[in-house]
Amino acid sequence: MEKQGSIIYLEDITVSFDGFQVLRGVDFYVDRGELRALIGPNGAGKTTLLDAICGKVKPATGRIIFGEKTDLTTLEEHEITMLGIGRKFQTPSVFKNLTLVENLTLALHQPRGVWSTLFGSVGTAQMDKIAPTLETLGLLDKAYHKAGSLAHGEMQWLEIGMVIVQEPALFLLDEPVAGMTKDERERTGQLLQRLAQDHAVLVVEHDMDFVRQTAHRVTVLHEGSVLCEGSVDMVQRDPRVVEVYLGRGHKVDAHDAKS
Amino acid sequence: MTHSSAWKQALLPGAVLAILLLIGLPLLNTLGFLSDYYLNLFGKYLALAILALGMDLIWGYAGILSLGQAIFFGFGAYAMGMYLMLASSGQGVYGERIPDFMVWNRVTTLPFFWKPFQYFPVALILALAIPAVAACIFGVLTFRRRVSGTYFAILTQAMAFATWLMCNRNEMNLGGTNGLTDFKSLFGFSLHTPSTLRVLYLVTALFLVGSFIVCKWLVGSKMGLVLTAMRDQEQRLRFLGYPIAHYKIFIFALAAMLAGLSGALYAPQVGIITPSQIGVLPSLEVVVWVATGGRGTLIGALLGAVGINAARSLLTARYPEWWPIILGGLFVGVVILFPDGLVGIPKQLRQRIRRARTQLFERPASGSVPSPSGRGLG
Repeated sequence: MEKQGSIIYLEDITVSFDGFQVLRGVDFYVDRGELRALIGPNGAGKTTLLDAICGKVKPATGRIIFGEKTDLTTLEEHEITMLGIGRKFQTPSVFKNLTLVENLTLALHQPRGVWSTLFGSVGTAQMDKIAPTLETLGLLDKAYHKAGSLAHGEMQWLEIGMVIVQEPALFLLDEPVAGMTKDERERTGQLLQRLAQDHAVLVVEHDMDFVRQTAHRVTVLHEGSVLCEGSVDMVQRDPRVVEVYLGRGHKVDAHDAKS
Repeated sequence: MTHSSAWKQALLPGAVLAILLLIGLPLLNTLGFLSDYYLNLFGKYLALAILALGMDLIWGYAGILSLGQAIFFGFGAYAMGMYLMLASSGQGVYGERIPDFMVWNRVTTLPFFWKPFQYFPVALILALAIPAVAACIFGVLTFRRRVSGTYFAILTQAMAFATWLMCNRNEMNLGGTNGLTDFKSLFGFSLHTPSTLRVLYLVTALFLVGSFIVCKWLVGSKMGLVLTAMRDQEQRLRFLGYPIAHYKIFIFALAAMLAGLSGALYAPQVGIITPSQIGVLPSLEVVVWVATGGRGTLIGALLGAVGINAARSLLTARYPEWWPIILGGLFVGVVILFPDGLVGIPKQLRQRIRRARTQLFERPASGSVPSPSGRGLG
């Protein structure tokens, strides 16, 4: 398998919870400038795979190589993030008591140390970097509202925005369009495609329409192993994938893929 | 808000405090409306208020519950006490150049760790540095291992108990159960004359106003933002790349330094420091002060510290047996009725009135009962 040009490479990753193997010897990689969708039935291990990358869970075996040769399995979560990996979680986890501007200021790509923060500021210099992102997300008019007052879709966008301003090399987005309207999904899809021009984007999703609209390639995970990998069409027609989702004789489409 | 506006936010209330405490009260004293006794009492309250400020920083803003702040207070108080004892040496009952209690413990030479405290600058620096370093060590051992919440609180309480036990031992040469006492003078000025105590009051008030301004600036700045985010959703902040342990160690050490300063200002005004001011109970009291005043507001910490200590002075004079019950009842009352403390009462009343008004004037009732606001403690 060609590894050059890949931004992240998981090699033989096994993750167990209380003896139950959630990920079994997974080999997985994402190329730079690629938008990869990670799909699979519930319990397949998709979120756990993201967790392993960003350090939330430690794999029992295997390595995760980021960039040239950095092994992420030896690092702590904040170190992994600072290397250039931004994560959006499944349930919106923004700071609800802080304003949108404050949320984004915290996420801005700048030093995170105690001394840098002590002498850092929260003002116009930051606004110059935050305002364009807010505008792209259509949230500029709510800049000074508390994040907790946002609607669900807007909160998802805020969190995506928080990942964007981190300026990561790799985006990890867990169900970015869950709970969004059709329009919101389309806008999000376009946003992700723009991002994928300069970054690597790994998206965990259930919505097959969205996946077809945005993904370059799809990886199907099932019971902790990679079942199939390829273009959206190829994967949708693969009989193993069909069987895993529904049983024989059905084609996987948007409605079936929902949990 | 910008760097400079965080300063402005801090300087305005700081100025009000300064006028009240540095001009108002001393003026009342000079004019005879406030006796020297009460001014001295207030000086002690203000020293304790600095301790409460530190507690509010770590608990109200950073979400770290420490049940051992009295340890750091004790380090500062003992440091200053050791200087005062040595300054008075030769004037003790036995006329020796070492503290009296060492004489009757048959210790003939000054233990080596007492020697630096002969010099006031050293004693002052150590009063701040020892708590800060101890807090850093404790923080590295706990925060880097992700010990937090209840477990951290229990550990701090264990440390408070252990420190109290240690300071009680005569072998420690810190005065044992009796502590350090009989301070005679500071820089040649007797600690028993009103004029010296008045100066001590002013110095304490100055440090309190200064500490308040620094704390207010801190919580209004970017650091304050990070600390609040850490309190509300630590995991999220971790995944934004922030080294959480470093921030916790920083703020814990800062609060410890404030506690040390508080102790150093308290000891000369009270004239004695004993292990009973170091252990579990005094540490719990600090929590009650901040909770009652209103945590996460800084002003609440000041109000709670001064208010409860004033209440104690008043009530223990007449009903000494009732004080523990009152204190406990106060704590329970705050948890159940006023989770936002005294400072939060106006807001609570406004919400109650608004709710009663909407329920009264909107018929039929909407069916859904609004849930009470209020933060739990913990």
